[in-house]
Amino acid sequence: MLRLTTGRVGCLLARRATAAVTTSSTRMASKEVSESVDMSQPMYWDRVDIPLPDKPYKDVLTDADKSLKQKEKGPWGQLTKEEKIALYRLTFCKTYPEMKQQTAEWKTVIGGIFFFLGFTGIVIWWQSVYVYPPRPRTFDDEWKSQQLKRMLDMKINPIQGISAKWDYEKGQWK
Amino acid sequence: MEALQYLVEVVFTICPSVSLRRCSAACPVSCAEAPLASRCYSHGKVETDEEFDSRWVTYFSKPDLDAWELRKGMNTLIGYDLVPEPKILDSALRACRRLNDLASAIRILEAVKDKAGPHKDIYPYLIQELKPTLTELGISTPEELGIDKL
Repeated sequence: MLRLTTGRVGCLLARRATAAVTTSSTRMASKEVSESVDMSQPMYWDRVDIPLPDKPYKDVLTDADKSLKQKEKGPWGQLTKEEKIALYRLTFCKTYPEMKQQTAEWKTVIGGIFFFLGFTGIVIWWQSVYVYPPRPRTFDDEWKSQQLKRMLDMKINPIQGISAKWDYEKGQWK
Repeated sequence: MEALQYLVEVVFTICPSVSLRRCSAACPVSCAEAPLASRCYSHGKVETDEEFDSRWVTYFSKPDLDAWELRKGMNTLIGYDLVPEPKILDSALRACRRLNDLASAIRILEAVKDKAGPHKDIYPYLIQELKPTLTELGISTPEELGIDKL
């Protein structure tokens, strides 16, 4: 069964932040949607690369619309500007400029990114407080310097490694 | 000697395009000119711009074109990487008239304006070329109706 709640469908591609955030279960629970759209029928889409969608936007016409459609069968020069616009709006939901309008979706996206980065930061901080074991003593500065001294005394990697970089006469790094 | 002849025969049966190199040299140029059915066969015929245009004009000129065919034709045409010639659009607008569909006619004009993209001088040229047809059929441009602005 191909069903789509009209809450999701709007002017078919009009995205609003609320629509993105609410789930279908909460929407059905709040009874915002009374009918579902049968997706096995041709659907209307506002897309710049599909100028003439599979069906007109409004297929349920009022009597005024029907009489206008009758007038459309005659010479188009006799139609007023408003009638022409009305005929356009019967068949199409959005004009091209309206379709290509910039939305504020990017703000939601950036906000979401920062939110989840912040949440990750909180998780990492919590881990460092409650999960990590005590800091090993081998990380103390004193231990590390004694470790390095022992390595130099043993002449670890004397040819190209750490002891090669230590000047034994002067007792300092080269 | 016989072995060489045999080898040449084998090469030419396996790679027939080898013998038609001049066609493949012509291919890259025509791919740029006629974007539609110019799949770069090395041996196939490449459609010229005029053939492309006349094919589409003929498509929309069909007297009993139905609404589905109009929509399919327009959507396909807009899918191509080109702005249709005025004569193709003229034929499409006349098809809209036969189908009593003014809204689609206006939509076609919006669509080609969008197809021109950053090249702002294409659409005024198209409107100028289509002006006789637009006045004859009584089609208003989106600018005249004020729906080209938000």
